[in-house]
Amino acid sequence: MIQLQHITKRFGQLTVLDDISFEIENGGTFAVLGPNGSGKTTILKIILGMVLPQRGEVLVQDNKVRQTWDYRKQISYLPQIARFPDNLTVRELIKMIKDLRNMPSREDELVEMLGLQKFMDKKLGNLSGGTRQKVNIVLTFMFDVPILILDEPTAGLDPVSLIRLKDLIEKEKAAGKIILITTHILSLVESLADEIIFLLEGHIHFRGSLGALSQKTGEKDLEHSIAALLE
Amino acid sequence: MRLTTTFLLLLIAHLGTTGVLKVCPSCTIQTIAAAVRTAEPMDSILVQKGVYTCSDLEVKKPVSLIGEEGAILDGLGSGYVLKILSDSVTVTGLKIINSGRSYTKDFAAIYAFRANHFTLSNLEIVNPFFGILLEKSKNGIVRSNKIYGASKREDDSGNGIHLWHCSNTIVENNEVYGLRDGIYLEFVDDSMVKNNYAHDNIRYGLHFMFSNRDEYLENTFRNNGAGVAVMFSKFIVMKENKFTHNWGTASYGLLLKEIYDAEVVDNSFTENTIGIFIDGSTRINYLGNLFKQNGWAVKVSGGCYTNKFFKNNFIGNSFDVSYNSKMNDNSFNGNYWSDYTGYDLDKNGVGDVPYRPVKLFSYIVNNTPETIILLRSLFVDIINFSEKVSPVFTPDDLIDNQPSIFVFQ
Amino acid sequence: MILKVLKYSFSDLIRSRWSYVYLAFYLVLGFVLLFLNDNLSKAVITLMNIVVVLTPMIGTIFGIMYFYNSREFTELLLAQPIRRRTIFLGQYLGVALSLSLSLVLGLGIPFTIYGITQSSQIWDFATLLISGTFLTFIFTGLSIYIGLLNTNKIKGFGYAILMWLFFAVIYDGIFLISLVIFDDYPLDKFTLFASFLNPIDLSRIMILLKLDISALLGYTGALFQKFFGTSQGLIVAFAMLLVWTIGPTILMIRKSSRKDF
Repeated sequence: MIQLQHITKRFGQLTVLDDISFEIENGGTFAVLGPNGSGKTTILKIILGMVLPQRGEVLVQDNKVRQTWDYRKQISYLPQIARFPDNLTVRELIKMIKDLRNMPSREDELVEMLGLQKFMDKKLGNLSGGTRQKVNIVLTFMFDVPILILDEPTAGLDPVSLIRLKDLIEKEKAAGKIILITTHILSLVESLADEIIFLLEGHIHFRGSLGALSQKTGEKDLEHSIAALLE
Repeated sequence: MRLTTTFLLLLIAHLGTTGVLKVCPSCTIQTIAAAVRTAEPMDSILVQKGVYTCSDLEVKKPVSLIGEEGAILDGLGSGYVLKILSDSVTVTGLKIINSGRSYTKDFAAIYAFRANHFTLSNLEIVNPFFGILLEKSKNGIVRSNKIYGASKREDDSGNGIHLWHCSNTIVENNEVYGLRDGIYLEFVDDSMVKNNYAHDNIRYGLHFMFSNRDEYLENTFRNNGAGVAVMFSKFIVMKENKFTHNWGTASYGLLLKEIYDAEVVDNSFTENTIGIFIDGSTRINYLGNLFKQNGWAVKVSGGCYTNKFFKNNFIGNSFDVSYNSKMNDNSFNGNYWSDYTGYDLDKNGVGDVPYRPVKLFSYIVNNTPETIILLRSLFVDIINFSEKVSPVFTPDDLIDNQPSIFVFQ
Repeated sequence: MILKVLKYSFSDLIRSRWSYVYLAFYLVLGFVLLFLNDNLSKAVITLMNIVVVLTPMIGTIFGIMYFYNSREFTELLLAQPIRRRTIFLGQYLGVALSLSLSLVLGLGIPFTIYGITQSSQIWDFATLLISGTFLTFIFTGLSIYIGLLNTNKIKGFGYAILMWLFFAVIYDGIFLISLVIFDDYPLDKFTLFASFLNPIDLSRIMILLKLDISALLGYTGALFQKFFGTSQGLIVAFAMLLVWTIGPTILMIRKSSRKDF
């Protein structure tokens, strides 16, 4: 479970998150939405300990995370931009992350599923953006951890891989995991998200299920609901 | 050792024609003084193994004093040990200890006055005030002696071999260390100093004052306060000497002060704070010398005219040439400079671009010595370069127009 | 853990084109110097002039480039269950080690072939490589620290180059001018102190102690005499270089633990 208590984050003069609190108790898929610059990535990074808030506490599985690191054993993160050391091969990168995390993994299955076998010995610097994103996905899903944080997981993916990704997420959800996701692909939200956390001007403007959202806004589809929220 | 023995035997055989007196602790003659007293002119006195008290002994007749191995003269710490006051005296093979010290008198292990045709050889003189002190004597030989002390201060130590108003004397194959000056010559003309080894002396390895037409060759001067000082002298030839490791404030391999018409040829100057320090010296030729890894290879100070440097090797010195003025009347043409960065397109072995041996930085260090710490820094390279392009502080006519591409062998 | 991060960033870097270029540069430099100068001591002196200026520059540029280029990868690592300092120490050591390796191999191979190991110059050469390695570490550390301070790439790069320029040239310029201006005062304490504050000066002095001891001993000050005349100088210079290596590393770790990524 994840708990955010009174999180405030400023970058210079700009307050990105202003006294935000929320709690995720049980498994499920949570979509963090909001306009550009509303602090979606910042929230994810605060949970991961990469961005340090001025105020407030983050608790993961009931432990405060400030200045600790081993709680991240329970989190997998898929970063927004997939860039890796240019001169390592895919195989070496996967081996490195396995080395660092030192826990059982299922990379072979994922590599096969995403069709990465023939790239295994290629240098990462020579791969296309989409292929790098697939590597990114392998790195994220190969460990069995209770929390998954996905920042724009669909970037650069072809339709086939997109479907595979959805399957993956579904399976993880079925296993009772907490999945936090940011994305611009609203169809993905519609088909996957149990709950929506909508950020606006540093506050949580809305939190609830898709149904609750359309009830609140009176709009049928997500696109219009969000447009209504922004007005 | 074998050589010495052979030499001794020959000497004894030769002297067989004249009288030989033996001195030993159990002989009829038991002291050197008694032997000298009884000896006829041209007699030999053979000093056998043993320690003999000998203080202020005046030798006034031409005799030979020959020490066998283990023959020791003990001066008991007062006065001179031997005073030679006659021509044709030979002293050889003795070890001399405990000669006197004084702040007012120049006590010496062996002192000679108006004694010509002397030979002093194969002596070992331990911890003397002066080792060998020769005054107004001519045509003598000082050869293969070993003179050493453990002096720490200049004012309470004397010189190893000291010549005053002498001429036509040869000083060779001696080793002198731990004294004030290794070898000192004052008013000494037409003499030769050859193949001596002077090291670890407090002041100079070799010191010339007011001496003319002398030569010194093939000597080694190492780790002295300064290697050699030649002052107020004319027509001195300095050849094939080695000046090494003379380190310290104002220390140098060779100091030339008020010298005229000298030749400095084929010497090597290695790892001295200053290789040659030239002060007020004129018409001197420096040919075929090696200057290697000195602080300053050549430091020129005031009033030096028509000095000529050619075919010298300057290798890895911190500064090749240093001047304290913008005036220059000396020539530096045709040397090898390891710092030379020019090229030789016509392949004649001579660089096509002239070399400027005086750097701006050496001028700065002359004025502010602490700046030495910035030696070889990029900033210093930059200012040196700009000075090279347009000289402001250094003599602009001090140029080697024919810098050699190759090291002279 | 550091070793794991180090292992991968090192194996990434030593396969990069720039590492080869850097290695090749030293190889060529070494062979050319030895070919042009038939004597080792001259080659060592020329090399000193190059190494003392170039290793800090390359350390600075590589450090800051690596820092900015691997920003996304660093983020990936930050999301893993590892301490922050492990990541930055690992990456820092990876860069510094791969650069040092290029230096040591690039100069070591030609000089070994030429027979430096049997020569009396071996200690001069060893001192040169040691101080070159120190400079690589110090300036890599400093530039990564500058990277951590500046999110803006252009700014960070600019500051890093300025930092190198400062230590390589400007500092000595100010130093020299102030020595000349305050000529009338006793300066030896100031001089020694001021040279401790610049790692490039320190390594240069370490090499001077080998190559130019004859000149250094020409200066009158008792402190200088003691510093240069005994092994004390070398020991103190070495210790100060160590301080200079550890200092930026600590700054780097402290800054990294407080920074947002």
